[in-house]
Amino acid sequence: MAYLELDRVAKQFGAQTVVDDFSLAVGKGEFISFLGPSGCGKTTTLQMIAGFLDPTRGAIRLEDKDLTAIHPAKRGLGIVFQSYALFPHMTAAENVAFGLEMRNVPRADRAERVRAALAMVGLAGYEDRHPRRMSGGQQQRVALARALVIKPSVLLLDEPLSNLDAKLREEMQIELRQIQRTIGTTTILVTHDQNEAMSLSDRIVVMSQGRIEQIGTPQETYEKPASAFVSQFLGKTNDFAGTIDRTATPVRLVAGSWSAPAPAGLSGPVTVSIRPERIGFGDAGLGAKILTRIFQGNHWLFQCDSECGPAIVIRQNDGKPQPTEGEAVRLTWRPEDMSVRARTGG
Amino acid sequence: MSTVAEERNARAPWALTAPALMLFVGVLLIPLAMTVMLSFHDWGQYKGIEPVFILKNWQEIATDPYYAEMFRRTFRIAILTTLLTALLGAPEAYILNRMSGRWKSFFLLVILGPLLISVVARTLGWALLFGGNNGLVNKLLMSLGVIRSPIPFMFTETGMVVALAHVMMPFMVLSVWAALQRLDPQIENAAMSLGAGPVTIIRRIIMPQIMPGVLSGAIIVFSLSASAFATPAIIGGRRLKVAATLAYDEFLNTLNWPLGAAVATLLLVALVLIVVGSNALIERRYAEVFR
Repeated sequence: MAYLELDRVAKQFGAQTVVDDFSLAVGKGEFISFLGPSGCGKTTTLQMIAGFLDPTRGAIRLEDKDLTAIHPAKRGLGIVFQSYALFPHMTAAENVAFGLEMRNVPRADRAERVRAALAMVGLAGYEDRHPRRMSGGQQQRVALARALVIKPSVLLLDEPLSNLDAKLREEMQIELRQIQRTIGTTTILVTHDQNEAMSLSDRIVVMSQGRIEQIGTPQETYEKPASAFVSQFLGKTNDFAGTIDRTATPVRLVAGSWSAPAPAGLSGPVTVSIRPERIGFGDAGLGAKILTRIFQGNHWLFQCDSECGPAIVIRQNDGKPQPTEGEAVRLTWRPEDMSVRARTGG
Repeated sequence: MSTVAEERNARAPWALTAPALMLFVGVLLIPLAMTVMLSFHDWGQYKGIEPVFILKNWQEIATDPYYAEMFRRTFRIAILTTLLTALLGAPEAYILNRMSGRWKSFFLLVILGPLLISVVARTLGWALLFGGNNGLVNKLLMSLGVIRSPIPFMFTETGMVVALAHVMMPFMVLSVWAALQRLDPQIENAAMSLGAGPVTIIRRIIMPQIMPGVLSGAIIVFSLSASAFATPAIIGGRRLKVAATLAYDEFLNTLNWPLGAAVATLLLVALVLIVVGSNALIERRYAEVFR
């Protein structure tokens, strides 16, 4: 059922555990992102799939075959490196042809496939250029063509867009998604950029300190973060300290002057997380004062000082008048838009 | 006003480089020009050096096969030394580059070793190991019955090549190592992921990229070996002369300064032509790797 399966994979360097208890089932054709800050073990996991590192524990299976028993050169995976790792002494076409040559693809067939691969990444006509004479974006495309031309069972992307400038990166994201959809290659992307992970992937694996924090669709991880780490790492969020008041009937969740019927199964101190764009200004709710108001074209960004500490509010620029700086407001939100977690410690 | 400032600015680089330039002219260019001029002077056993302009010395070098043999030997030794250092030094640098921190610095010191030891001690060390019947290695091999007579080392071209390769090795290793530093650390993984085995990776990916390093190391080793004096002087002595020891003997033993100057000048010109020529060739051939 699962195409690529990682089963309780762990990697230790000496006494240091870099990846621990990593289990994931990837479906055929799926686009998965490993998302996390640097040092969270995402690249190490990718390198174990690629075969450049051996897992200390656990198994990696591709179509039910043990992948760790296969030499990296025989795994047939396509890899795009952060530095691209193009062969500088070969032309773009020779770079792309290298993998085919290693597979003993006949020369005529090889030329045709190289031409098609370069055309697919928008580099038709660049066959005879050397990598050092190409821009970063073009090199990136050559690296992608080189990885895809061998028709890999899985495409591994190690922060492939991090060396590009913001505009080019956005263009490449769209293009990468289109190419992946067209040819349907199962893809794993390693990134620390949450926007990149969200706009490209079918599912995101959020990692922190070698462990999986959450696996879910971009929407799930954004709207229903499983932990404080996920909610803070994926976009902006407001964390308010609240309590569940069991003396009231029905039981209520209280945060400052804001209150709502309490969700089941929790009691005592809790943390209430709400995305800034889900908070509105109302007549009743959490008392706050607007500190700064920043106009950002399609939306307004408000920084407020609320009863429960600093708060960020984002409102769509819908043409209606917005509160001004220094104004006292009431922050309100729908109970289904927040996530509530038991608060431990402070 | 601005033109004055500009003029001063234009003169500043010259003023700043003048001291070094004067030193360069004084201790290198003038003696070199005098040596070239000296090679056209006449010399006789009893009359000494006569400051006239004749081609006698050059004619002698061009016609007497003794000198041709001498230069052939010099360049044969230099080429063999270069080949030997390239064959041993390039793999050595590659292995060194893959070592981890502490071992890397230790072995780097080992490789630099020959440069730290005095040429006399180093070369006589070789003589102690291989010199005639009393050499340690020769004695051992003979007592073990591996060889009947000692391996000839002193006064042989082989001995010179081995001793020169020993001291030239650091130049080759460091030059190749510098080229290896420029390699993308992921490049071998990239080739491996595309299905290349270790031999293919070295032959198709690593070698072409470190070739400029090997070749520039070769140029250094070749020119230093061809003009080496101390090592050939100790190993070859009077019996097996190379261009540098020949020039020395003409100057200090025969006292025929003009002839010695002609030999030295020819060696210099030949080396400059070879080095400049091969450098241009390499830069054209490996333009893409050098960029």
